[in-house]
Amino acid sequence: MYWNREAETMPMERVRKLQDTLLRDTVAQAAGSHFYGERFAALGLTPADIRSVDDLSKIPFTTKDDLREDWPYGFVAVPREELVRMHSSSGTTGRATVIFHTADDLDAWTDLLARSMYMAGMRKGDVFQNMMTYSLFTGGLGFHYGAERVGALVIPVGAGNSKRQIQLMSDFGTTAMHIIPSYALHLSSVFEEMGLDPRRDTALKLAFLGAEPHSEETRRRVEDYYGVKAFNSYGLSEMNGPGVSFECSCQCGMHIWEDNFIVEVIDPKTMEPLDEGEEGELVLTTLKRRGMPILRYRTKDLTRIIPGDCPCGRTHRRIERIKGRTDDMMIIKGVNIFPIQIEKRLMDIPGVGSNFQIILERKDYNDHMIVKVEVQREIFTGNLKQLEDLRRKIIEELKSDILITPKVELVEPNSLPKTEGKAVRVIDNRERQQ
Amino acid sequence: MISYQMSIFAENKPGRLAKITSILGREKINIRAITISTSDVFGVVNMIVDRPQEAFKAIEKEGMTVKLKEVIAVIIDDKPGGLDSLVQLLLREKVNVENAYGFVLESWKNAVFVIDVDQIERTQSILEKAGFRVLDAEALASAEPFHYMNY
Repeated sequence: MYWNREAETMPMERVRKLQDTLLRDTVAQAAGSHFYGERFAALGLTPADIRSVDDLSKIPFTTKDDLREDWPYGFVAVPREELVRMHSSSGTTGRATVIFHTADDLDAWTDLLARSMYMAGMRKGDVFQNMMTYSLFTGGLGFHYGAERVGALVIPVGAGNSKRQIQLMSDFGTTAMHIIPSYALHLSSVFEEMGLDPRRDTALKLAFLGAEPHSEETRRRVEDYYGVKAFNSYGLSEMNGPGVSFECSCQCGMHIWEDNFIVEVIDPKTMEPLDEGEEGELVLTTLKRRGMPILRYRTKDLTRIIPGDCPCGRTHRRIERIKGRTDDMMIIKGVNIFPIQIEKRLMDIPGVGSNFQIILERKDYNDHMIVKVEVQREIFTGNLKQLEDLRRKIIEELKSDILITPKVELVEPNSLPKTEGKAVRVIDNRERQQ
Repeated sequence: MISYQMSIFAENKPGRLAKITSILGREKINIRAITISTSDVFGVVNMIVDRPQEAFKAIEKEGMTVKLKEVIAVIIDDKPGGLDSLVQLLLREKVNVENAYGFVLESWKNAVFVIDVDQIERTQSILEKAGFRVLDAEALASAEPFHYMNY
């Protein structure tokens, strides 16, 4: 049940010792880059000052802005000829950041993906359909090479073209798929349109959900509809991409691979470290990347470390499902709200379809939230009262969680913009309406 | 004797009704009666058409959310008090009407009144026992509204 028993079940004391060693190597390596060379010099810091993980706090955080400012090669710590791959973040907020890998870096990353997928139950002989974009985005190629290393037959179809996806699944007996959760929900309507039922007409048993935060309720919907076990995963291009953290068969939190990353959770406002179990911003340090080491990277992702051991026997600690990005947080009438809170409530209400959208407006100096919700086709009885009851139920459910009363609009199935990439859930019109 | 009402879920915005009527026009389906009930941003379009099954398929194929619902189509006299005699009967029998609308067949002679009730079978037998004529889908399809007959 382990891809690498020794690495995955290593006692925590040994993991800590290993981290000390790897951290010293990483800091020495990073000092050779333009960015960290200058930063260390400005602080009067030398690699010798960092002896163990306890010394980590001497090093300032690295932010996305740092990566942008020393663009593109400022963080590279090996001769340019050693680099064999470039990846880039989606760059939806400002200039995209680029990450470079050496051949060894790719090997280590691939191994983490293989370890993760094996942990979730994928084996040699499985047929793996990779429905993520193959491009600068790390999700496509990362899983691709990991799945090949496990020994699965990989169908590198990429994103989009829903009918072809379904055709491939049934023609080649796909058993595992890698898919964005909002797209998995959307794809169900295409199955219906084609008169197919994934439980009956495909051999699917595993789904790897990734690339966007999603709720437990969404996972259960995917599992119910496709008849699979669906696994959550976490990663970001700055830390290679997918494979940073992954669920085991217990589905009770994502093991974060501490032999490859140092994990910290901080208060995003004060930047002080938080105790285990407290929710805050995840901060990560690479331990095995030579081409482009990154120290104490502020991910902007909010989560917490789940205290206690996992029944699966792996020692690496678990983080909770990502609650959102500090960037995603909406402040409405002074209340902090994350889109995933809305999703969680909506996906639990029978009759709610697969897609929704949040629109923020400002009128007369007042914030308003409009939630557009697709209705499930099957529940429509032709009765307006039934729709009004559904709307009232949605408003009540949301109000009890987010404490403000949103305006809810029911819309026709498949009428909201479909996404084959990360879903755009929030449209904030408030700035324009100031 | 059951008739079918086609109900379509539609957002309340320009173009939705036009989409429905263009599909029905293209499929040469005749609309006998139409009502729209809205709740600000969304609503339900209810229709009586001559070929409900075909209309349903055509609308569904275009990706709209549509349902065929059983309703009762009953003939009443087109004269003052015509509707009242029917409604008084329903009241006496404690039948609750969810939705209702009508159209004239022959001016000053008779009209069709469509009612959507919860106890559809019981209501039918009450109506038939009281001497009302209830139309099935086929009869409803061949019933010609007055303007076709007179012009």
